[in-house]
Amino acid sequence: MLDTRPNYLPNRPGVGYKPQHFSDILDHPGTVAWLEIHAENYMGAGGRPLAQLRALAERFPISVHGVGLSIGGEGSLDDEHLARLKHLIGWLEPASFSEHLAWSTHGSHFLNDLLPLPYTEETLARICAHIDQVQETVGRQMLLENPSTYLAFAESQIPEAEFLTEISTRTGCGLLFDVNNVFISATNQKTDPYSYIDAFPLDRVQELHLGGHDEDHDEHGAPLLIDSHGREVVDAVWKMYEYTIAKGGPKPSLIEWDTDVPDWPVLEAEAARAQSILQQVLV
Amino acid sequence: MSVGQTDFRTAILDARVAAPAGLVDPEGRPAGKRFDVYRNNVAVSLTEALKTAFPVIRKLLGDENFAGIAGLFLRQHPPTSPLLMFYGAEFPDFLAGFEPVRHLGYLADVARLELALRHSYHAADATPVAPQAFQDMTPQALMAARLRLAPAVQLLRSHWPIHAIWQFNQPQGGPKPEMRPESILITRPDYDPVPHLLPAGGGALVAALGDGQPLGNAVATATTKAPDFDLAATLGLLIGGGAITEILQEETP
Repeated sequence: MLDTRPNYLPNRPGVGYKPQHFSDILDHPGTVAWLEIHAENYMGAGGRPLAQLRALAERFPISVHGVGLSIGGEGSLDDEHLARLKHLIGWLEPASFSEHLAWSTHGSHFLNDLLPLPYTEETLARICAHIDQVQETVGRQMLLENPSTYLAFAESQIPEAEFLTEISTRTGCGLLFDVNNVFISATNQKTDPYSYIDAFPLDRVQELHLGGHDEDHDEHGAPLLIDSHGREVVDAVWKMYEYTIAKGGPKPSLIEWDTDVPDWPVLEAEAARAQSILQQVLV
Repeated sequence: MSVGQTDFRTAILDARVAAPAGLVDPEGRPAGKRFDVYRNNVAVSLTEALKTAFPVIRKLLGDENFAGIAGLFLRQHPPTSPLLMFYGAEFPDFLAGFEPVRHLGYLADVARLELALRHSYHAADATPVAPQAFQDMTPQALMAARLRLAPAVQLLRSHWPIHAIWQFNQPQGGPKPEMRPESILITRPDYDPVPHLLPAGGGALVAALGDGQPLGNAVATATTKAPDFDLAATLGLLIGGGAITEILQEETP
C-alpha cells in the first residue's frame, strides 16, 4: 500500500510522547500534529514501547530526539550508542532527528543530564567532528539544540548564538531552537533573550521547543531558573515564541512536559495555545 | 583556566569535592549553588530511574531508606550506558553487600526479580508455538525434542520465597510469605511480563530447557530434584504463557 503519511514535521504543534497518553493521542489528538520521542527509550529489543511507537508512526510524523549521545564529550563518541541510533533511525525513518549541544558521558560514565560546555575554538572543532561523524553514520542531517545553562565558563570566548551558527555552517546540521532554554539561560546569565533571538540564524531552525521551568535563587539572591519541563510554559516564553514566529516564520513547535506529566487535556491545551499563535502570523 | 570533564564529573558525583574553579556566575564569582543544580539533576534523575526499576524494593525499605541507599549506589555505580531502562544491574549485589540491610537476606533476589521483569518487558517479540502443536506429537517425539524459549522468558531460582514476597507487596496483596525456596518463571504473553511460581522441580526443568537439553533429559533432572515433579503444570505455564517459540525435533536419520 502507498504510504501517504507526510514524512516531515508540519509547521504545527507537536508534543513529547508519554506512554500514559497513548490512547488519548490516537482518540483525541486535537491540534497535535506530530510527536517527539526520546531515542533512548526505544532502544530495547521489543515489547510495548516499540509496538506503541510503530502504531503512532502510522498516524503521526515522528521526531527522534536523542538525549544520550554526548556530542560535547571530550572523548570519542560511543560507537555502540551511535550504532543503536542508526538502527532506530533506519527502521523508523523519522521525520526529524535532533540532539543537544551538551555532554553527558565521560569515560564509561553516563550522568543522565545535559551538562554545559565552554565555547572555545577547541570545543567548536571537537563538536563539529562529532556531528560530522553522526551525520555520516546515520546518513542524514541532524538538528542541534541550544542548551539551558545555570553557570558560565570563564574560558568561553564565543557567544553561544555565534557558536551554534558556526557549527551549523561547518557541518551543515540544522538547528533546534528551544525558546524556554533561551529564557532560562538569559535569566541565569543576565543577558537579553531578545538579543539572543536576533543573533540566532532562524532560517536554519527547523523545530522550536517550548516547555516549563522552575524558579529558584542562587546564594547571592540572583534568579536561578531550572529547566524542569514540569509545568505550563510561562507567559514570557510565549511572548518570545510569538516574536520568534513573527521574525522567522512558522515552525514545527513542540510542547515538552517530562516531569509531573499532566493528563492529556492539559498538554493538548498547551499545544492549542501554540497553534493559535502559529495562526496569528497568517494574514 | 580550562575546566576538564574529568573534574566536572568528579565534583558532580562527590558533594565533598568543590565545584571546579573556572565555573562562574554572571558576576564572575564561583558558580556555587549553580553547580549544585547539575549535581541535583544527576542524583534526582538517577534515583527516579531506580525507583521506577525497583518498586518492590522501595516498598520493602520505605521511601526514605530507599532514597538514601539509591544515593550511595548511584555514586558508586553511575550508569555505564544511556539506556536507563537497564540501569541498576549491580543493585542486587550492592544490596547483598550493604551492611545495614544484611539482615534482609531476600532483598538481593527480589531486586534480581525486578531486574528480570524489566528485561522481559523490553525483550524482543516472538511468535509462540500453537498449543495444538504439542498435542499433535507422540510422547516419545515430544520427550526427544528441544524447546526454544522466547527472549522474554526469564527464570529465577531463589533460596527465599521471592514470589510470595513479590505478590505480598503488589497493590492487590497476597498471603503472608512463609520461608521456603521458590523459583519463578517470567512469561510475557503479550506486552506485560507475568511472574509465575513454579512447582518443585520446575526451576530445574526450565533451566535445563534453557541450556538446550531435550525435554526428556530436563524432566529427568527435575524429577531428581523433586520426585513428585508436576510436568503437566510446568509445561502448562510455559505453553499458556507463550514461552515456547520453536520445537526442535530430533533429526531422523
